[in-house]
Amino acid sequence: MSKNIIEVKNISKSFTISAKTPGLKGTLRHFLNRKTIEKKVVKNINFEIQEGEIVGFLGANGAGKTTILKILCGLLYPTAGFISVAGSRPFERDKSFLEKITLIMGQKQQLIWDIPPIDSFYLNAAIYGIEKKEAMKRIKNLSEMLEIDSELYLPVRKLSLGQRMKAELLASLIHNPSILFLDEPTLGLDINAQANLRKFLQIYNKQTGATILLTSHYMKDITYLCRRVICIHEGYITYDGKLKNLLTKLSPNKDISIICKSSKDIDNLKKLNLEIKNINDNQITFTINKLDFKNTLKNILSKFEIEDLHINEPPIDEVIGKILINKKIK
Amino acid sequence: MKNLSLYKLSTLFKTQYANMLEYRAEIALWAISGVIPFFMLNIWTNNGLNESINISNVMLSRYFLSAFFVRQFSVVWVVFTFEEDALLGRVSPYIIQPLHPFIRYFAQHIAEQITRFPFALFIAILFFIFNPQSVWIPSLLTIIISIFSTFFSFLIQFLMQSIIASFCFWTEKASSIEKLLFIPTLFLSGLLAPVASFPYYVKTWIYFTPFPYLIDFPATILSGNQTKIIEGILMQLLWIILFFFIFNKVWKSGTKKFTAMGL
Repeated sequence: MSKNIIEVKNISKSFTISAKTPGLKGTLRHFLNRKTIEKKVVKNINFEIQEGEIVGFLGANGAGKTTILKILCGLLYPTAGFISVAGSRPFERDKSFLEKITLIMGQKQQLIWDIPPIDSFYLNAAIYGIEKKEAMKRIKNLSEMLEIDSELYLPVRKLSLGQRMKAELLASLIHNPSILFLDEPTLGLDINAQANLRKFLQIYNKQTGATILLTSHYMKDITYLCRRVICIHEGYITYDGKLKNLLTKLSPNKDISIICKSSKDIDNLKKLNLEIKNINDNQITFTINKLDFKNTLKNILSKFEIEDLHINEPPIDEVIGKILINKKIK
Repeated sequence: MKNLSLYKLSTLFKTQYANMLEYRAEIALWAISGVIPFFMLNIWTNNGLNESINISNVMLSRYFLSAFFVRQFSVVWVVFTFEEDALLGRVSPYIIQPLHPFIRYFAQHIAEQITRFPFALFIAILFFIFNPQSVWIPSLLTIIISIFSTFFSFLIQFLMQSIIASFCFWTEKASSIEKLLFIPTLFLSGLLAPVASFPYYVKTWIYFTPFPYLIDFPATILSGNQTKIIEGILMQLLWIILFFFIFNKVWKSGTKKFTAMGL
């Protein structure tokens, strides 16, 4: 059984924000007597993550997902609570902890803009105390996995977004981190680049056993990589469990459309006590629970002569969209 | 600091040097833009002001050329870079790497100084062509002490600005605090006039501030003018230790306030 690599107990985080009312009066008031408010963005959350897991954080903008990642990687100091990541308190940022983690942020960069990425890779390798020979080996391996080669010798400013993201990833992984914090890693990438990145992360996880924590608004990132998801709503955890179970909870039914050979079949189908959504000539659409799906379909196929059949599930984005407005997922 | 291997540092300097070389034209312009001491020399000598402080024209021109050199190798902009990096979210990846972010900025400054050196030398040669009477070759010991003193001056300014830069954790515009230092640095550092020319009552307290050790003290050593070398070096070291201690304190409390904005 895998051990917990991340433990979070009763973590909260508040920010002090100054608010300004519009107009000249508001501007002057803001200048003379600034009003600040304390906003609690993470509220008493608890979770544990096992070594080697890939966990997706889901939630609307401002829900607190990125703040949680920032706390876990040691960037932010929590207002309250206990955290242990790889046996360390992240905010203390001790060397052994920093050598185990990496944070990758979509559209944000650590590569030096005017020089080729290869220089930044060697610099990062040196920062993590990796010898040049070993660094060369790792750069070769990772560049093969990420399918970047000649781009390594071009100034960063000349690279496309996709190439730059791959180079960012390489720079972030050169020290073989065992915990990856990914904040919108596929943001702005085209479909192929997104797919390649997902594939790479999956291979990296399998080959190294690294733990990956991921936030993304692209549902494909989540469905492709994560078995487990943690849903955040206004700083609270509203769901923590298997993605499959979440989808079943949020979308328990499937729509089936059947085109029958005759209208007589339609009449007989009506007698089956189905939740009919629509009837159009010889086509009938009804909703069935996913749990009854196999039996119901088997029954229909054995009793009726059908011309065509369509099974429709609501798009995953639509289902996950419900999470963003659901306060508690039961 | 103890974890920094020589390899780590040399790679850091090499990378920053490669980055700086991308800005050759800018560095040449920065070097040229540092010619204030030459303007001041012109004002002093054309108005015969040097006679009032018993410094000859030649010694004064050597002082201002030395001031130019000291300025070239002690100029610091870390507050502006850090502020920009903080606002754009570039500080975050630096903070979670096993290297203090300010060591990166320190390496940037050193790399820039190395890149700047040939341009500064070229300007000095031009100066000697137009002022052949000012040509002098300092002794090896003077050169070594001047290099150390200039480096200490750089360290004082780097640490002063690093303290101010750390206020970025509380206010996004820490560079405005730096502007408060601009006037005393300009007038009290010896950039516009040697501190020897200041009124007696100013001289009684000015040496208790860090400002005369930024330009005047190293420039006075290099130009061969008289100064208390050991006392001056000790005062520089004292300011370095004090500012380093303050910087560490401010940095530690600042990072607790960090909001990782710009991400």
